[in-house]
Amino acid sequence: MVNKTLQRVRRIRPGRLLQDTLHGLWMRLTLALVMLLPVLLFAGMYYKSSMLLQTNSLLELIFSGEWKPMSGKFGFYPFIISSLWVTVVALLLAAPICLLTTIHLTQYARRWVLRVMHPVIDILAGIPSVIYGVFGILVVVPAIADYIGPVFGKQISGYSILAGAVVLAIMIIPFILNILIEIFKNIPDELAEASLALGATKWQTIKLVLIKKALPGIIAAFGLGMSRAFGETIAVLMVVGNVTRVPTGIFQPGYPLPALIANNYGEMLSIPLYDSALMLAALILFVVVLLFNFASRLIIIQSEKRVA
Amino acid sequence: MKWKPKNAEEGFFRVLMFFSTVIIVVALLMIIISILYKGLPALSWAMISQVPAGGFYFGREGGILNAIVGSLYLAGGATLLATLIGLPLALYINVHLVCHKRLVNGIRFVLDLLWGIPSIVYGAFGFAIMSYFGIRVSLLAGIITVALLIVPIMVRAMDEALKVVPHGLLESSLSLGSTRAETAYRVFFRQCLPGLSTAVLLSFGRAIGDAASILFTAGFTDYIPTSLNQPTATLPLAIFFQLSSPIPQVQERAYASAVVLVFIILVVSILARIMSNRYQKNKINF
Repeated sequence: MVNKTLQRVRRIRPGRLLQDTLHGLWMRLTLALVMLLPVLLFAGMYYKSSMLLQTNSLLELIFSGEWKPMSGKFGFYPFIISSLWVTVVALLLAAPICLLTTIHLTQYARRWVLRVMHPVIDILAGIPSVIYGVFGILVVVPAIADYIGPVFGKQISGYSILAGAVVLAIMIIPFILNILIEIFKNIPDELAEASLALGATKWQTIKLVLIKKALPGIIAAFGLGMSRAFGETIAVLMVVGNVTRVPTGIFQPGYPLPALIANNYGEMLSIPLYDSALMLAALILFVVVLLFNFASRLIIIQSEKRVA
Repeated sequence: MKWKPKNAEEGFFRVLMFFSTVIIVVALLMIIISILYKGLPALSWAMISQVPAGGFYFGREGGILNAIVGSLYLAGGATLLATLIGLPLALYINVHLVCHKRLVNGIRFVLDLLWGIPSIVYGAFGFAIMSYFGIRVSLLAGIITVALLIVPIMVRAMDEALKVVPHGLLESSLSLGSTRAETAYRVFFRQCLPGLSTAVLLSFGRAIGDAASILFTAGFTDYIPTSLNQPTATLPLAIFFQLSSPIPQVQERAYASAVVLVFIILVVSILARIMSNRYQKNKINF
C-alpha cells in the first residue's frame, strides 16, 4: 500500500526524493561547517602561534612587560592590563544603567515609553563600531580633556582608558539590555503575585523577589557584556591613545589587545615571530572571550531551566 | 499620606531609573546629532558620486564612491553567502531535528558562542588562512571572512522566527506526503518569511558596519572593484583612515562618510521593520 502510494508520488514529480536527499545533504554540510568553525579557529591560531610558544613559555609572555618586536621580545602584560582596565571600567559604567533601565522598562514604564525605547535600543545596537569611534573622537575625548580632566586637576589629551571605557559602555548597553529584559520577562508572574499578595510593596517585590530570582541571569548578562567589550576593536582603538605602557589610572592612555592586533597585523611579515606573537594575542582574546561566553551562557540556561 | 522611608527608597530608585533610561536616549541622540552636525556640511554630491582623484587624501578633488560601492558589494556578497549557509542550517534545526531537543539546544549553544567571538579574531584568522594559501587581499577574501562572522547572527535570528512555528504545521505538512525538504522550503520558509527577511537585513547591517574583520582581508583601493580578486575599499575603513589624517579637510570627509554609513544603516533597519510588517499579512494565524 505504502509502496504503491510512493510509486504514484514518484510518477507525479520524479525528482522529489532526490531533491529531498540533496537538500538534506547540503543542510548537514552547513551544520558540520558551522559546528567545526570554533575548532578550526582554535587550531588555525594555535598552529600559527606555536612558533613563538616553542621558544617562550605562555606565562612568561603574559607577565613580561617588554614589547620589543625588533629584538624578539614579546611581553603582553601592558596590553592585557590595558584590556582589563578598559573592560572593567566600561562594565562599571554600563552595569547600573542597564539594570536600572531594565527594571524601569519591565516594571514601571508606560506603553509609550516602551514604544520609544524599543527602536532606540535597536538602533543603538545596530550602529557600527567605527561610528562609535567617531562619536568618541568628536564628543567623549574633548569632554574628558576639557571638563573631566581639569576637575581632577589633570592636563590630558583626552585619549585615555576612560574615553575607551565610555565609548565601550555605550556600545555594550543595548547588548546587555536586550539580555536583561529577556531575563526579567521570563520570570513567572506568579512569583511577583505571591509576594504582592503577602503584603509586600511593589518595590519590596522587585528588590527582594525579582532581582533575587534574576541574579544569576544578571551576572551572566554582565559577563556577556564584558566579553563583548573585551574583544571590541575599532571604536576603542580610535580613542584609547595606543601607548605601550602599563596604565595605572583611567586618565592614562592604554593599548588593549585588539588594538595591538589591528594596528600591527598585516605589515609585520619581515620581522620573525612578530606574526606569531600577534596570532597569540588573537588566540588569548579568543580563549578568554569563549570562556566568558561559555560560563555566562551556561548560567543563563541553568536559570531558565529552574524557572521552567 | 505619611512619608514612609520605604517609599523614599523606592522614589529615589525610580528617579535613578528614569535618569538611566534618559541617558540611553540622550547617548543615541548625541551620537546621531554630533555626526550629522560635523558631517552634513562636508557632504556634497561630488563626495558620493566620484571615486578619489589624485591627491584626494591631501584634501583635493574626489569622493568616496569607491568605498560606498565596495561596502555594498562586500556586505551584499557576504549576506548572500551567509544566507546560503544560514538558511538551510536554520531550517534543518527546526524541521529535521525538531524531535532532538538536546541536540538542537547544543547547536544553539555553539551558535551563541560563535556570536560572541570578536570580529578581529575572524580578521586575524582570515589573514592567516590567506597567507597560508598565498591569497592576496581581495573582495572575495573579505566576503568569506565577513560571511563567517555573520552566519551565527543570521542563524540565531532566523531560528528565533522559526522556533515559534507550531508543531502541528510540521505534522500536517508531513502527513500530506511532502518530504522534509519541501516542508522546510515551502511551508516553514513561507510561514516565517517576515522573520527570515528581517534576519537577513539585520545581518546585512552587521556586515556593512564591521571594520575589524576586513582590515586585513579586503584591503583598500581607490577604484571600484570589477572582479572578486581585486581589493576593495569599504566605508568603515574609509572613515577610519581619513580620520587618522592630520589634514582637517580630510577629517571632515571622514565625518561626511560617517553620515553616509549611518544613513545606510538606518535605511536597512527601517526596511527590516517595513518588511516584517508587510509580510505579516500573508502569515497563517493560529
